[in-house]
This record gives sequence, structure tokens and C-alpha cells, in this order.
Amino acid sequence: MRDVGLCFGQVTVLRGLNLALPARGCTMIMGANGAGKSKLLQLIHGLVAPSTGTVFWGDTPAVQATRRQAMVFQKPVLLRRSVAANIEFVLDARGQPREQCQYWLDHVGLAHKARQPARLLSGGEAQRLALARALATRPEVLFLDEPTASLDPASVLAIEAIVRQAKDAGTRVIFVSHDIGQARRMADEVVFLASGEIVEHTPAGQFFNQPRSTAARHYLDGKIIA
Amino acid sequence: MQSIGDALQLALHLVLSGDADLVEIVLLSVQVSITASVVALTIGLPIGALVAVARFRGRSAVLVVMNALMGLPPVVVGLLVYLHLSRSGPLGFLGLLYTPTAMIIAQTILITPIVAALSRQLIEDLHAEYAPLFRSLCLTRLQTMRALLWDARYSLITVGLAGFGRAVAEVGAVIIVGGNIDHLTRVMTTAIALETSKGELALALALGMILLVLALLVNGAVQAVRLGAQRQAYV
Repeated sequence: MRDVGLCFGQVTVLRGLNLALPARGCTMIMGANGAGKSKLLQLIHGLVAPSTGTVFWGDTPAVQATRRQAMVFQKPVLLRRSVAANIEFVLDARGQPREQCQYWLDHVGLAHKARQPARLLSGGEAQRLALARALATRPEVLFLDEPTASLDPASVLAIEAIVRQAKDAGTRVIFVSHDIGQARRMADEVVFLASGEIVEHTPAGQFFNQPRSTAARHYLDGKIIA
Repeated sequence: MQSIGDALQLALHLVLSGDADLVEIVLLSVQVSITASVVALTIGLPIGALVAVARFRGRSAVLVVMNALMGLPPVVVGLLVYLHLSRSGPLGFLGLLYTPTAMIIAQTILITPIVAALSRQLIEDLHAEYAPLFRSLCLTRLQTMRALLWDARYSLITVGLAGFGRAVAEVGAVIIVGGNIDHLTRVMTTAIALETSKGELALALALGMILLVLALLVNGAVQAVRLGAQRQAYV
């Protein structure tokens, strides 16, 4: 990502972003509300075109790499179908056999709810289904936009376990979260945003123990960032 | 001219005895309107879905036209279809004027814009919810349309039933292109108009009752479909 900026009319959301991510591991994008985390995620995933600069995955422009990636949203977008049909939908879209559906249902512990309407699932179950659906596309990169916001602790840990398995299996994970505990558990490195700029991009241990920027220190201390 | 009481009594007798003429008229009405509804859905749903997901120059104008066509005056549609199907018209060689097919054509023209406009709105609302996921999955426009049409199926059934309700209650266009010919193109609405003008209120009332019952059944079906779908969170 080189000299990337994102504007909507007169409003600048992100500016002057230069970022190179390693090929493996979990990058946690953190920052206060309105810092531009979700927009950065969408930029990297190729869902939003930058106003300035370029975003590449290796030699491939981000917008052309989207198909090899998957995203899970804060509010899971579930189709008005059964749990199994939600997974079968992406398998069909990717030309993969429907028989894989059972594996993914088992993988996220939803096999017993396969025939239930997806939109009647609890928040945690819905997010596990969204995660299974994303993983069923066999993505090289998995984007997670605050997938555990407003979930109970057990559901958070269940989601984290599935994401960790995916990461261990070689899927690159890019995670947006407000949850510092979760970031400590999951992150290999942290990208910290403040007012639309990257103010810190460091290994997780260094970020949590010795943050370089004042904004990150204030954020970790729970102080309001102006 | 019969008194209302006598006419009502006779009308009830016609309905309860299953009068052959009455049954023939009702069956033809339902057959014409169901066929027109199926054809209108076949044409209107893809149009609605395409306009819902596509972004192109002049889209706002297309939306205005689609919405305006929902209010097509039936007699004007009847007249235009008549001009095309009459012996001197461009489609006169088909010999369709004063046949049930002509009535199906007129009703299809009337309800296709209703199906297209209502389905466009429904599908566009659903698309707004699904768009982030579909963009992330890099779905083609065709895949997107198919998915939206399927997921909006319960709401679209109500659109189809609304189209049927409009078709079966229509009189202006079908009387022009059908001609209200006994045992051939006489449907409930045209028969009611004719019988009333003759002062033969019994058959008109009997048909009116059946039309009202049909309207109730259609609305009941719409409600049942919606409730069933709501219970499963499919709408």
C-alpha cells in the first residue's frame, strides 16, 4: 500500500498510508472509533478504491485479489435461507462441491442446526456461520471487521479458536478489533490508526508493552484520544 | 329489473347450485388472469431485478417510467392492443382479437409494470443489505440477481398475488379486446357490466360475490405466505 488516501467529497477518511504486510500471521488493526479501521480493511480487500495511491497484493492490484480473499462483517450478512444453504451458496459461487458443506458445519459446531433458518441463529452462532461461509471459499486472506463486537465471552473465544485454526492452516488474517484482550491473544503485529493515519505498525509484543506513539499509549490506557 | 332482495336470493341460488354458465365464466376469468400473472412474473421479475442491481446512466428516468406505467389506464391498453390485433393492425394476421389470448395479452401489459416496479423496490432493499457480502464474494450480476430473486421469493409471491388480484378485477381492457362474447371471452367483470346494464342483477350479484371471495382468498393467501415466511425470518 503506497501513499494511499481515501476521501468522500470534502471529507478525508484516510491519508498518506504506507503499509507493507508480511505474508503470514495475524495483523490487528486498532484505533479509536472513527479512526478509519473499517475503511482501511475495505481498501485492503479491494471493496473500496483509494482516492490516491495504490494497493497491491504482491503484484496484483487489490481489486483483482478480492476473489481470493473473504471478509466477515461486524453484523453478519446472512442470506434468507437455512444454515446449510448459506454455506452451499458460496460453495456454488466458487464452483466447489456442496459435499464440503458438512465439513464446515462440523468445523464451526453448527451441524445440528443445518436445516434451521440462518436468521434465527443467536449472535454467536450467526457469526460462526458467517465465518464458516468465509472459510468455505478457501481464502488466502481472511478479513474480520470486529466480528466479536457485542458477543458473549464464550462466543468470542469460539470465534477466536476458529480464526486461530485458520491462521495455523496458513490463512493470512487481518483483524479489526476494539478489544485489547482479544488483540493480545490473537495479534502477531498491530497497525494502530489515529485520525485516518497509521501512527504505529509494530510487532504485537512491542505495541502492548512499549507503544511508541502517544495516541497508542492513551488508547491502551483507556484515555480519550482527541 | 329485479328487486335487490329477489336478485340476492337468485344470486345465492346460482352460486350454491353451481350454475354451469356461472362456473364457465369464473373458470375462464381465473384461467386468463393466472396465465397473465405467470407471463407478467416471467417478464417483470427479471426486469425488476436487473434495474434493482444495475447502475447506469438514465436509471432515474427508467424508475420514473416504471412507476408511471403502474398506473396505465386499462382502456388505453385495451385500445392499443385492439389496434394491434385488429384485422388491419400489424398483428391482425394472428387472428387473436376477441379471444382469451387477446385478453391475456392486455392483462399482461397491465400487470407487468406492477410486477417490475414492486419487485424492483423489494429487491433493491434486499440488495442494500447483501451488497457488502456479494462484493466481497465477487459475484457476477447474474449470480447476484438469481440470489436476490431467490431470497426475496416470499415477498415476490405477494407481488404475484397482487398482480393476479389486479388482473382478475380488470374490466376496461378485456372488454375491448375480448368483446365479452358468451361462452368464449365472457369473464366475471365483463359479465357483471353486461348483466347490470340489462337489469339482470342476479348473475351480476352472484359474480360479484365470487369476485369478492376471490379477492379475500388472494389477500388471505398473501397474509398466510407473509406470516409463514416471517416465522422463519425469511422476509
